[in-house]
Amino acid sequence: MYRSHVLVCGGTGCTSSHSAEIIEALESELKAKGLENEIKVIKTGCFGLCALGPIMIVYPEGCFYSEVKVEDVPEIVEEHLLKGRMVKRLIYDETITKDEIKPLNETNFYKKQHRIALRNCGVIDPESIEEYIAMDGYQALAKCLTEMTPEEVIQVVKDSGLRGRGGGGFPTGLKWSFTAKNAADQKYVVCNADEGDPGAFMDRSVLEGDPHCIVEAMTICGYATGATEGYVYVRAEYPIAVSRLDKAIKDARENGLLGKNIFNSGFDFDLHIRLGAGAFVCGEETALMTSIEGNRGEPRPRPPYPAVKGLFGKPTTENNVETFANIPQIILNGAEFFSSMGTEKSAGTKVFALGGKINNTGLVEVPMGTTLREVIEDIGGGIPNGKKFKAAQTGGPSGGCIPASLMDTPIDYDNLTAIGCMMGSGGLIVMDEDNCMVDIAKFFLDFTVDESCGKCTPCRIGTKRMMEILEKITDGKATLEDLDELEKLAYYIKDNSLCGLGQTAPNPVLATLRFFKDEYIAHIVDKKCPAGVCKALLSYVIVEDKCKGCTLCSKKCPVGAISGSVKNPHVIDTTKCIKCGVCMDSCKFGAIIKK
Amino acid sequence: MKSLEELMAIRDKARASMTDREGTGEGIRIVVGMATCGIAAGARPVLNAFVEEVAKRGLKNVTVSQTGCIGMCQYEPIVEVFAPGKEKVTYVKMSPENVPEIVANHIVNGNPVVEKTVGAIVKN
Repeated sequence: MYRSHVLVCGGTGCTSSHSAEIIEALESELKAKGLENEIKVIKTGCFGLCALGPIMIVYPEGCFYSEVKVEDVPEIVEEHLLKGRMVKRLIYDETITKDEIKPLNETNFYKKQHRIALRNCGVIDPESIEEYIAMDGYQALAKCLTEMTPEEVIQVVKDSGLRGRGGGGFPTGLKWSFTAKNAADQKYVVCNADEGDPGAFMDRSVLEGDPHCIVEAMTICGYATGATEGYVYVRAEYPIAVSRLDKAIKDARENGLLGKNIFNSGFDFDLHIRLGAGAFVCGEETALMTSIEGNRGEPRPRPPYPAVKGLFGKPTTENNVETFANIPQIILNGAEFFSSMGTEKSAGTKVFALGGKINNTGLVEVPMGTTLREVIEDIGGGIPNGKKFKAAQTGGPSGGCIPASLMDTPIDYDNLTAIGCMMGSGGLIVMDEDNCMVDIAKFFLDFTVDESCGKCTPCRIGTKRMMEILEKITDGKATLEDLDELEKLAYYIKDNSLCGLGQTAPNPVLATLRFFKDEYIAHIVDKKCPAGVCKALLSYVIVEDKCKGCTLCSKKCPVGAISGSVKNPHVIDTTKCIKCGVCMDSCKFGAIIKK
Repeated sequence: MKSLEELMAIRDKARASMTDREGTGEGIRIVVGMATCGIAAGARPVLNAFVEEVAKRGLKNVTVSQTGCIGMCQYEPIVEVFAPGKEKVTYVKMSPENVPEIVANHIVNGNPVVEKTVGAIVKN
């Protein structure tokens, strides 16, 4: 029996800031003090507050340490774990009250969250099947197999109102019923963990923090739809997720929770992992299945839909990681539990990966219908350096953006579609006044140009042509006719591409055109980039009155573009200037400005 | 896994070892002074005895934790018991042998072991 549990985040974010070394140091320090049988160290999944990583929580006190360094470990062991004095300087300041600490779920970051898909992330040891079972794990599976018919399982999922969390928002129960209806000698369940959107990492965190819930949910899906085999298609770039999932599958097999005759019900199910090689298009369901089959990851036309002719030509149900993560809770607590949360047509919660210009970078799960303002200002802690919020990009390269004027829109599938945006998988990239929206559109389009598989012409060539127009705009060489052409092309590609990649690729351009057309016009007509991002459209100048003639900038300039004598105002030769910005960063008097 | 009972047995066993992760609740807190003075006087075996006794009885809503120097170093090891809605009880000069009695009488049944409290011992 341990008197204290120390939870250290082992998610990808904290691992990259050395949490593995912290665990090592902690274990050796505890050993040196002879505390190894009194204090248990547990490596968990993501806590969500990635901006403050590496994160450590000490129970029973529930003391939340943030930004812990390896050097801090001896102090934590000596002072807190041995002598019981919390190391105040490392405690997350929001949890410190006058003379005690307050629970984490009362902090701004956690208090508005409601965790269903992430319920075990940062709570249990993801590599321990016992801890998952302790949190009622595999009970939903037992309930399905011993008390419910497959039809009843599908009915509960339908009634819950759960919709696909990968971005499409298709009703999950309906999807399951399609596969169930089609008789076949073999059916499959596929989990799409090929999370490719820049800025999205919720599926990774679920797999890293709670891999057994995916194993359980896929088995339930197999029972409901009549499938006996499942595949998890996960990116090879997620090594921690892959190894934990692999262990989870092995442990489940050993405990008879995968394999033959599970819970003595006569139902057999087994799971396999397939690694994606890093092609964005493989996140599209038909391309993903083609890739599992061992072929080049290219989409195929639908219909036939996977429910009719999916993996290896057999009826297949494919869902995203987060969708599956909700299933055990829905089965255990009933459809009503889930449908009572969120909005009328979008039940439950949604996980968002907060990134970009925001204080609390990390992972949040909120009920559908929460406004963007609540997510960004209350939970996310607002924009750093007192800058002004400009827009949030949702749905990655397939999505759009929500401008500041629509910040109070309750986030759900239909509201976002109505404003020409989309829920997407949940990446939420926050932008402030220093971001140029044309540049953002260019960034995402550049991504899709690279990732287009090339099978169909509108996507392969069309996105490239759009990219060329965007480059003309940011170079200040475009005309208003180009802008019309850009828009025309965008709609053409949307209407004529083979798969979701091409059909959504123009979205970032269309969304920014919708809300920030003035920025496009400024680039084209005034030849100016209002945010000061597009290099071709700006020049650095020295303000004569402010320049003290200290010569620092001329020394720093890598191309010798700045001239002037000591104590006299300097000038920048714009023909030589490469606009690197070094002079502006080095000037102590704020005499250099971008125009 | 062949039955729900089998699953529940694993669950209950695993859950028992995770109770202290449920966070600071409304339950009883047993706090052992673990500053240098406490450790020197033998507070660690006392602390561990409490942890074991609480686990053995499967007590819910009881947490055992440490604190720093309570200020009466000559009476260490000192243990304080905080029960919701009741005055704090301070035990002094504790040893692991006293622990089962305190858990049985005080923590479980609500009757402090008066002869080991600071009031009784310091007076004499």
